[in-house]
Amino acid sequence: MAITTKGQIGLTGNTAIAYAMKQINPDVCPAYPITPSTGIIEDFAGFVADGEVDTEMITVESEHSAMSACIGAEAAGARVMTATSSQGLALMWEMLYIASGMRLPIVLTNVNRALSAPINIHCDHSDSMGARDAGWVQLYSETVQEAYDNLIQAIRIAEHTDVLLPTMVCLDGFITSHAIENISLISDADVKGFIGAYKPAHALLDVEHPITYGAMSLPDNYIEFKHEQSRAMARSKAVVSAIGAEFGKKFGRSYGLFDAYRLEDADSVIVILNSAAGTTKVAVDELRAQGKKVGMLRPRLFRPFPFEELAKALSGAKAIAVLDRVDSMNGFGGPLFNEIRSALYETDSRPKVMSRIYGLGGRDYKVKDALGVYDELGKVVSTGKVETLQKYITL
Amino acid sequence: MATLKELAKKEERLTGGHRLCAGCGIPPIVRLILRSTDAPIVATTATGCLEVGTSIYPYTAWNIPWIHSAFENAAATISGVEAAYRALKKTGKIPDRDIKFIAFGGDGGTYDIGLQALSGALERRHNFLYVCYDNGAYMNTGIQRSSATPLFSNTTTSPAGKAIEGKQEWRKDLTRIVVAHNVPYAAQASPHNWADLSKKAEKALAINGPTFLNVMSPCPLGWYTKSEDSIKLAKLSVDTCYWPLYEVENGVLRVTYKPKEKKPLAEWLKPQGRFKHLFKPENKNMLDAFQERVDLEWQRLLELDGKRI
Repeated sequence: MAITTKGQIGLTGNTAIAYAMKQINPDVCPAYPITPSTGIIEDFAGFVADGEVDTEMITVESEHSAMSACIGAEAAGARVMTATSSQGLALMWEMLYIASGMRLPIVLTNVNRALSAPINIHCDHSDSMGARDAGWVQLYSETVQEAYDNLIQAIRIAEHTDVLLPTMVCLDGFITSHAIENISLISDADVKGFIGAYKPAHALLDVEHPITYGAMSLPDNYIEFKHEQSRAMARSKAVVSAIGAEFGKKFGRSYGLFDAYRLEDADSVIVILNSAAGTTKVAVDELRAQGKKVGMLRPRLFRPFPFEELAKALSGAKAIAVLDRVDSMNGFGGPLFNEIRSALYETDSRPKVMSRIYGLGGRDYKVKDALGVYDELGKVVSTGKVETLQKYITL
Repeated sequence: MATLKELAKKEERLTGGHRLCAGCGIPPIVRLILRSTDAPIVATTATGCLEVGTSIYPYTAWNIPWIHSAFENAAATISGVEAAYRALKKTGKIPDRDIKFIAFGGDGGTYDIGLQALSGALERRHNFLYVCYDNGAYMNTGIQRSSATPLFSNTTTSPAGKAIEGKQEWRKDLTRIVVAHNVPYAAQASPHNWADLSKKAEKALAINGPTFLNVMSPCPLGWYTKSEDSIKLAKLSVDTCYWPLYEVENGVLRVTYKPKEKKPLAEWLKPQGRFKHLFKPENKNMLDAFQERVDLEWQRLLELDGKRI
């Protein structure tokens, strides 16, 4: 089927990501197949085979080598993209830190899938949340449209001279990667114009100006490198905002740091990532129709964590449930819960916050599950007390 | 091939001032290989002695573009660099010029943890030379056994103890494993024979496709030997036929050096502290077994000499 950039077109998340990669036309794409992201590299391999892109694809023998080749190619001066999921991202773990420590703006799509054991191919966020401190900018996507738009913006974010950090776009395995959604594509020329050409300041292939990448750094310098990296991560927040706004101006779909839904006067709020936000919105509408003051917030940018903006947006709520599709296995709730709760510490209102872990390994999260959480939140609002700070739902 | 004088006059691509040990086999190997082409070189190095000794920030001994990323992935890293070269050249983003790509790794980073990445890069036919400097153990972390460690060698993880005296297993034959990938060129070399090493490097770098050099690299620290004896010991490893010099070019094996008189293995082992326990009278059987295996391997190689394998 021919894909057209005119009007609306029904695409799966994987097809849309592969198509964005075709439009971005990266110089190098090292890739290794893993469910549920395989479709991305299969489609992209088709574009390579048909000569529709200039990309050199490296069909590596593991994800560790995929990220290693990404690092080599990006340091050489190329624009580099790849995609993976779950165990693949876990196998890359060592190299994720090296990519960010070397300040290489690699762009990776992670199709969220549970980590083993037990082995499971379905959606949860244990893979990308396991990599949350690897020094990558992380964007989460609710829909196919947003995943497509995020990937195009990710190139600009990663390569921005205030940032120069690898960037990961996350979308839900199967729920988003394999579901067909009607989306709008941007024309090839507009994508090309938006991302611009990649002109790295340093490149291994600039043989007239030899540089050393990956030198050893001892206690006299290491912390300064990390400090610089940390500052870049903090700076990237403003870049994500600016590029999201510019994208909106050009293509009619604006993106901020988070998506707030009927939040203004809400007493009870669910905070949740990715596709489950859509389900939650249905519950919000149902309850609003009954006159209940409920709302939802879906962070789009998780790394860096926009703690000030999130705290401000949530400070008016009385009770908040943070729903994590991952358990930190720390005995104290999921990662999003911990960071949201920590962000709210500085607010005067100090809303009550509780942790709910849901949907691990692809367990469905339904409207009734969201309604159940809002019911609990309503009780917290009326009593001012959290009865159960943390628990699993959708069991 | 260039004469030694001509080679000496060439630009120094790995400069002095690095922190590798006196008597280390690595610098002469690397310097000679980097001189074996006039084309620009981009190199990578696996984590290990060469990387640590040449790149402590803010200094670098590398006068060529160089990258180190991790331990097990030198071949994958150079795959990325080389693919970037093809992509950027094809689209006119860099000038159309010949650039050579070399990955260096020690035996730990090549025989063991880096074997998968090496195998993948060889199979994908990237245009690069992989050089393994084989000093027979994880020397950088303090002399732990690797799969390249010689039989009975005393290392910190295969100590010559009361019950088990040193490493009990024969070394992995990595060169044969590489040859099994049907690469256009693979060879074993030693720094004492500069002409042989230089010729092999020149040949490997002129070939379009994956090529491999496995080079004996003396290590005074891990071999418990004198710094000034390194080159002599490299020569003895070859003259005793423990480390035969040979090449496999387009599938045809050729022994590039045959000692006029094959020396007893003990002559190579005796000066090395790591084999000290083999010279106790009660361990003569170990010494004999080691010699027997070396003879067998050498014979096997001679039978293949000149043949398509």
